[in-house]
Amino acid sequence: MAVDPTAPSPGTSAALEPGVALGQTAVAGEGGVGPYKLALRRLRRNRTALAFGAMFLVIVVMCLCAPLYSKYVAHTTPSANHITDTVKVGGKTEDVVSPGGIPIGPTWQGRFFLGADSNGRDVAVRLLYGGRNSLEIGFIATLISCLLATIIALAAGYYRGVIDGVLSRTMDLIWAYPVILLGIALGTALAVGGLDFGLFTVSGASLWIPAIIIGVVYVPYMAKPLRGQVLSLREKEFVEAARSQGAGNLRIMFREILPNVASSIIVFIPLMIANAILLEAALSFLGAGVQPPNPSWGTMIGDGIRLIPSAMHLTLIPGAMLVLAVLGINVFGDGVRDALDPRAEVRIEH
Amino acid sequence: MARFLVRRLLAMVVVLFAISVLTFLIFEAIPNGDPAVRLGGRSSTPETREAIRKDWGFDKPIYEQYAITMRKIFTGTVVSYSQQINVVDEIKRDLPATLSLAIGAGVIWLGFGILFGVISAVNAGKLTDTSLTVLSLIGVSTPVFLLGALVLWAFAYKLTIFPAGGYVPLTQDPWGWLTHMTLPWFVLSVLFIGFYSRVLRSNILDTINEDYVRTARAKGLSERRILIHHVLRNSLIPVVSLWGLDFAAVIGGGAILTETVFNLQGVGQYAATSIQQLDVPPVLVITMFGAFFVVVLSAAVDIVYALLDPRIRLSA
Repeated sequence: MAVDPTAPSPGTSAALEPGVALGQTAVAGEGGVGPYKLALRRLRRNRTALAFGAMFLVIVVMCLCAPLYSKYVAHTTPSANHITDTVKVGGKTEDVVSPGGIPIGPTWQGRFFLGADSNGRDVAVRLLYGGRNSLEIGFIATLISCLLATIIALAAGYYRGVIDGVLSRTMDLIWAYPVILLGIALGTALAVGGLDFGLFTVSGASLWIPAIIIGVVYVPYMAKPLRGQVLSLREKEFVEAARSQGAGNLRIMFREILPNVASSIIVFIPLMIANAILLEAALSFLGAGVQPPNPSWGTMIGDGIRLIPSAMHLTLIPGAMLVLAVLGINVFGDGVRDALDPRAEVRIEH
Repeated sequence: MARFLVRRLLAMVVVLFAISVLTFLIFEAIPNGDPAVRLGGRSSTPETREAIRKDWGFDKPIYEQYAITMRKIFTGTVVSYSQQINVVDEIKRDLPATLSLAIGAGVIWLGFGILFGVISAVNAGKLTDTSLTVLSLIGVSTPVFLLGALVLWAFAYKLTIFPAGGYVPLTQDPWGWLTHMTLPWFVLSVLFIGFYSRVLRSNILDTINEDYVRTARAKGLSERRILIHHVLRNSLIPVVSLWGLDFAAVIGGGAILTETVFNLQGVGQYAATSIQQLDVPPVLVITMFGAFFVVVLSAAVDIVYALLDPRIRLSA
């Protein structure tokens, strides 16, 4: 970790040119730490960002433990109906769903810890399984967005000309649609027929459909700024140096230019996860995202809103979880941006 | 200026054409599956599917299918499958509610966005700034339909100050219109206020370090005058151009979630109910019109900019 300023680093000709070696070690001692290590140090000092990041992490771990919870604590599955069942609360026996159709609220015990929904399903179990789906879609969509956007930005910015023209115009085209409308259009079209890539097919009810849709919809938001960076980087001396040494196009793109835009990509990732989770919730709420009986935070809120105000817990609980998760990753992402973006030093940030 | 105008309008026409092609492709040519099934929905019978196939020309080559689809949309003869209602007529009927929502919310979010952004920037680093930043982060992290549900529960069911959703036309009952629109306006605005105030805050903090601001200060101008006449004038440009696009998106169906939660019966809600009934033609038409509207309005914004700022029309 720490650089010993007295030890001559291997590879430098310290014995031949002491002056140069001295200069190098001096730089290393002052702060010649890599930009990422520096950013990490700055991030570590930002307690707010870390706390919110930890909150997001806790939610992720909780949702990953969904099968354990449902098996050993709640003794049910996310889609098992218990409409006609009863549950003992404080010695009294109560209907899970009252004859008037109103589901039971939180019991704060193993079964129906957070109450039941109108089908008599355990809200806590569905919350965890739904969170797993929401987070999974958020992560996969972010991965798809990052991969596509990076490849498009590198190709468009590096080759310019016709390739750039075609790719940039396509991005503009996607950008012209309101995000939610494009998501809905793709969601409704694909939920019926599914997708067929030739090699493998995705059925309409699969979680991959919303993940792919959200991933594609957000590509331009990342590809456009990245392309701008690639355009200016390709004119830099180090690219010319690489080319004069005989490096091919692919090598220059991925080994020379990509590391220089990597910090921008990292800054985008938390922002993208937050937006992907929000868009998934919106699409599922409207019925164009996760298809029932699969739970997700968005579908749960959508089901709950129909029972306002008699069963507020159905909206409040998944809503609170969603907001906490998105807020956590948003604040953490803000911290990452401040730590990595060099402009953050100039800007007055709290 | 004339050259700029012609070029901008030509570009707009090209984009509009491309949008119509892409929308057509999404609904009718995405790999796998029968477009008639996609258009008729999962629950359609073989007879309706056969009728759809004939009606939309799915047995013909793809360019002819495109021509048929466009003709149907622009002559206003697209009919929804679940209710057999003319889609374009229905959109026209729903437009006043959507316009009411967009205009009112647009004014509110621009006003509060600027106000909070300025307060935040002026007090940068202080408690006011921190709390506004936290508030805006919460605003950006809360889905609009969740906020709408909570607000409805609090102000319409518990406190019964406002009506629980629905739309009353302005021409019929101005007061009823106002009370029905107040909650949706604010709920739709929250996300944008959070976003705009943060953008404006960082713009102002960037502009404050410019030389001309130092000059203004050196001339002895009051802080207030510097803020309004020198700093804000320049920092507002990106915010206003954002506003144009967001406003267009809201009218073009982007307010779909707010409209649905508050049962405003606008264009967005029409799309939402169509999805739930697996009725695809309205979604097709609304998606296309929505994107059209965004493109036309952003061209209009560009042209207004070029009128105001000669640098833009010379460089373009």
